[in-house]
Formats: sequence, C-alpha cells, structure tokens
Amino acid sequence: MSMETSAPLVSVTDLNVKFVSRESTVNAVNDVNLTVNHGEVLCIIGESGSGKSVSMRALMRLLPERRTKITGKLEVDGQDVLALKGKELSAFRGGKAAMIFQEPMTALDPVFTIGNQIAETVCRHEGCSKEDGLARALELLELVKVPSAARRLKAYPHELSGGLRQRAMIALALSCRPKLLLADEPTTALDATVQIQVLILMRKLQQEMGMGMIFVTHDLGVAAEIADRVAVMYAGRIVESGTVQEVLTDPKHPYTKGMLSSTVHGNMRGKDIEAIPGSPPDLRSLPTGCSFAPRCPKADDGCRGQLPPEVTLGPGRIARCLKLDDAPPAAKPERETALA
Amino acid sequence: MTDITANSMQPEAAEQGAPALKVRSYWQTVGYRLRYDYMTLFFGAVVVLIILSAIFAPLIAPMDPYETSLIKRLKPMLYQGHLLGTDELGRDILSRMLYGGRISLAMGILPVLAATLIGGSLGVIAGFVGGRTNMAIMRTVDVFYAFPSILLAVAISGALGGGIFNGMASLTLVFIPPLCRVAETATSQVRNLDFVEAARATGAGTFNIIRVHVLGNVLGPILIYASSMVSVSILLASGLSFLGLGVTPPEPDWGLMLNTLRGAIYVNPMVCALPGFAILITSICFNLVSDGLRSAMDVRM
Repeated sequence: MSMETSAPLVSVTDLNVKFVSRESTVNAVNDVNLTVNHGEVLCIIGESGSGKSVSMRALMRLLPERRTKITGKLEVDGQDVLALKGKELSAFRGGKAAMIFQEPMTALDPVFTIGNQIAETVCRHEGCSKEDGLARALELLELVKVPSAARRLKAYPHELSGGLRQRAMIALALSCRPKLLLADEPTTALDATVQIQVLILMRKLQQEMGMGMIFVTHDLGVAAEIADRVAVMYAGRIVESGTVQEVLTDPKHPYTKGMLSSTVHGNMRGKDIEAIPGSPPDLRSLPTGCSFAPRCPKADDGCRGQLPPEVTLGPGRIARCLKLDDAPPAAKPERETALA
Repeated sequence: MTDITANSMQPEAAEQGAPALKVRSYWQTVGYRLRYDYMTLFFGAVVVLIILSAIFAPLIAPMDPYETSLIKRLKPMLYQGHLLGTDELGRDILSRMLYGGRISLAMGILPVLAATLIGGSLGVIAGFVGGRTNMAIMRTVDVFYAFPSILLAVAISGALGGGIFNGMASLTLVFIPPLCRVAETATSQVRNLDFVEAARATGAGTFNIIRVHVLGNVLGPILIYASSMVSVSILLASGLSFLGLGVTPPEPDWGLMLNTLRGAIYVNPMVCALPGFAILITSICFNLVSDGLRSAMDVRM
C-alpha cells in the first residue's frame, strides 16, 4: 500500500462515452474524472445503467469501437489508453491492466480446463512454454487459495463451484502481475458467505501485490469492506466521491443519502425500507440540469436549470450538488430521515 | 467424469493418496466413455469395415468387376462362385459393390470435408465479424439454401457436365450453405459470451480469440453436423449417378448400380436391392457413429 509515487496510477479526465446508433445517442458516461493511486482501491457505486461498467470497459477499450464514441483522456501508468493500437493494446490488456468479470460461469471458456486458460494468458504475455505456463497457473491457483490446486488445474469450469470459479477468474486476471485490477461486480453472482471470502482474498492480494484496483459494485456493504475511496455514479456522472468513511458515514449528495437510507440497517421488523422515488433518467435524453433533480426532495428551479458544478469539500472530497449548504450536518441517526 | 466430481468432496484425502486419484486427460475421458458405449463401438466397427473393404477392394474382390458374360446374366446369389449373384451384364455383384464403395465413400466424405472447410470458415467469419460482412455472406448463402439440395446438385453438375470430379464439386456447393449456417449460428452465440470479452481483456488478439475460443466452442457442433451430412452426401451422390450425372457407366458405383439393376427388379429382386442396402447401412452407421461421438466428446457432460 505504501507504493506512493507522485503520478497517480489511473487518471481519467473528462471521460465521455456515447453509444451512437441510427435512432438515438445514449450518453452512458458524462464528464467523469477519476484518479486511482498505486495500491489504492477505488469503489464505484451506482445503480444499474449508471455508467459504472461502461467506464471500466472504456478503460480496457473493450467497448465496440464502431458504435462507441469515447472522448477525454484515459491514462494508466503514464500510458494513453485511447492511443494504444494492435500489439500495444494486447500487451496492455492483461499485462498492465486486468479485469475480473461478474459471472465466473460465462467468463471462463467452457471447453478448456482452468489450467489451460491461465497458461494460455501467461504464455501469450511472457512467451514461455506450455509447461512453464501450467506451473505458473498452479502457483496462481495456490495463491488464490484454491484447495487441491493441482487437481483443479485439470478441471473444466463447470466442475467447479461458483466461489472456486471466481477464484480461478482472479488467478487468471493476476497471471501477469497487473498494476491495475478492474473488478466488475465480482461478487454479485456469489452467495453471501463465499462473497466475503472472495472479498477478503482480493483485498489481501491487492495489498500484497501493491495493485491499484477499481471495484464496481452496487452493494454498499461490499464497498465498505474493500474500498479506500468511493465514487458514487448517477446517470453517467460522478455525483460524489471521497474516502469510504466520509461518503458512507457523512454523505453530502441527496442521491447518496437516499441510497444509504434504502439499505437495511437495524430497521424495525415489518417496516418498509425507504426507497428513492422515481426512476433514473433516460440516458438518451438527459435533463438539462442536475440529472437527479426529478427525484430529489430538495430540487428547485435552479437545480433543473443548470448542471451543478463539482464542489470540492476537502482533499479528494467532491460532490455535485447546488444544495450542499442546507444539508443538515449528517450524523448517523439522521440518515433515516434525510429524505423525509 | 462422475468419479472426479465425487472425489472432489474429500480434497484432503485426495491430496495425500496422490497416486490413487488421477485426473484423466480429455482423450482418456473420451476413450473411457466410448468403451461402454457398445452401440457406437459396434457401428463404428461397421464403418471401419466398410472403409477398409473399399480401400482393399482389389485384394478381396473375388472377381474382376468389369468382366462381362452374356451367359451369366442376372444370376441369383451363390451362383458358380458369384456370392451375391451377377448383374445385367453378367458382372460379379460383390466385386462391383466392393469397388463401388470406393467411389461412393469418396463422394460421401470428400464433398463434406471440403464444404466443412469452406462453409465453416465462411460461417465463423460471418458470425464473428457481424454487420455488413454477415449480411453479405449469409444472404448469398441463403440464395443457395433456397433450392432443394438434390435440385441444386443436379443443376450444378448438369451445368458442369458428368464425371466424378464435377459431381463432387456440385455436392460441395450443396453442402456449403447448411454448414455455413450452422457455423454462423454457433459463432454468433459464442461471440457474445463473456469469455470472449474476458479473453480480450487478457490481451488476446482477434485471430487468437477465433482460433482458440471460438473454434473450441464451435467446432463440436460443426463437426457433428458435418458427420451427419456424410450419409446425405452418399445418398445424393447415388442420386446423381442414378441420373447419369455423377459416375459414368462402366465405373462401379452404388447409386449407378441401383439404377442399372432397376430394370431387373422383376427378374431378380434380391440382387438389385443389394446396392441399396449398402447405401442404407453406410448412411445409418455414419449417423449413429456421429451421434455417439458427439455425446462422448462433449466436455460439459
């Protein structure tokens, strides 16, 4: 964790991602700015369609090139990701940055053994023989704590349980010692007990290997478990960011507050969980002002008229809201009534 | 397969008694499954026998398949050393069937092989690239697909003229559309699965993704379909020869024999049914073997 260098590992400036089709243009990501330092875990939280996964895929250049317009600046470890071509891009993917997917069942090729798949990646990046690749695969499976790794090496994905599969996926991602690990809801498909094991493992590996990590989730509990810093996304924009403590215990943006109050936290039995009224805006035609305004209890004409600027509240602490001043000094109990 | 999963219940025990548990390689697993699949084994043996008898026809044929005799026309089975009788020109049916197997099998297997290569690659390209390329390839293929297969084969070899080579070429063209379509469907399904994106995320290039991940998942369905096409191809080839478009007369071929013996059906029905039996048995065996191989070679079972 103490691999502090002056330049951040990831710096995203004014990232815009638009999906262009004949009928419409979807503004999936709008003016996103992000930095991740070496050895730091950034958690991106947001609901479905808020642009979390799209931002990640943009970082890996995995979006379909023909139908996607990416503007802005994406830098990973000093490399301009958008300028990479051919071999450089292949070396970057998997070498410098690796990705873990949500569904370990479909993200592993069903017709190859786990060992073969890891060895394939190792061989491609390091140009070693198949035997060396398999030896490395064995080491990696042991690293991610797969029991009887030697035998699991020769297992097909369908012969493993969900937790083991996700561990294999992590081993695959770590195979070339990436500096940046992108995790796209890696624990969503797992059940609660396995989920915590995988989270602890990932946190441990991340610290041991000094990787930077961007972790996408919609689960606040997961974020609290693994993150150093948190960025909350809504309708393709980052509406609030800060350290995990700041954001989860002292949320500034009404959306974050609403989200926090809609989780289970010692509620009375039988009492309904609060929900944010309405639904997220259509990304094809975003409102001119704050995109949360139609659902926000505090919104007024000012909010609807203009896009709120990013307000810096402290070092690395940002919120995009015009109504920050009249937010009550939030302490824990107030959260439940913040929206009322 | 089942014993592997059963043993994974006790990983510790497995770890200690290392030699007790050996994970089978892919081909060992396939072999193990086939060993208890008696149906497939039996029909596989028949297929091998048919192929061997065609290859070694000159060695095992009791007589010259071209030698005619006006006296011994259309004789019944077991007549003067003619085990299966004689045809309308007094030639030995058994020898002609052995020799005819060479051409019939070649006509059954080679066009399918060629069509698998051409149609399969076209389909994989169409499925993986998508968009306009897909449109261009698949709509062209659809035009060919619109014709009934036998009509298309007849039309093409009619235009090219008779002969074995032209017959094979026309059959190849007939089998390209269905194989292309199977390949395209399988590929476009695989293309959108997460592991293709995951492969890209680990730095695999397009060519490698197609070669390893797409082919690995698509080859199975294509090969199964192709092997079932072999019997269709034999039947179509027989049909072409029957119409006089494939093999030219003195050459023995099952379809052609069926055609020429047709006139003698009231004189000696058993003899003229024999080439038909050969076609039937061969196509049934190929079908059943391909079916058995599919279930044995699927890793997901």
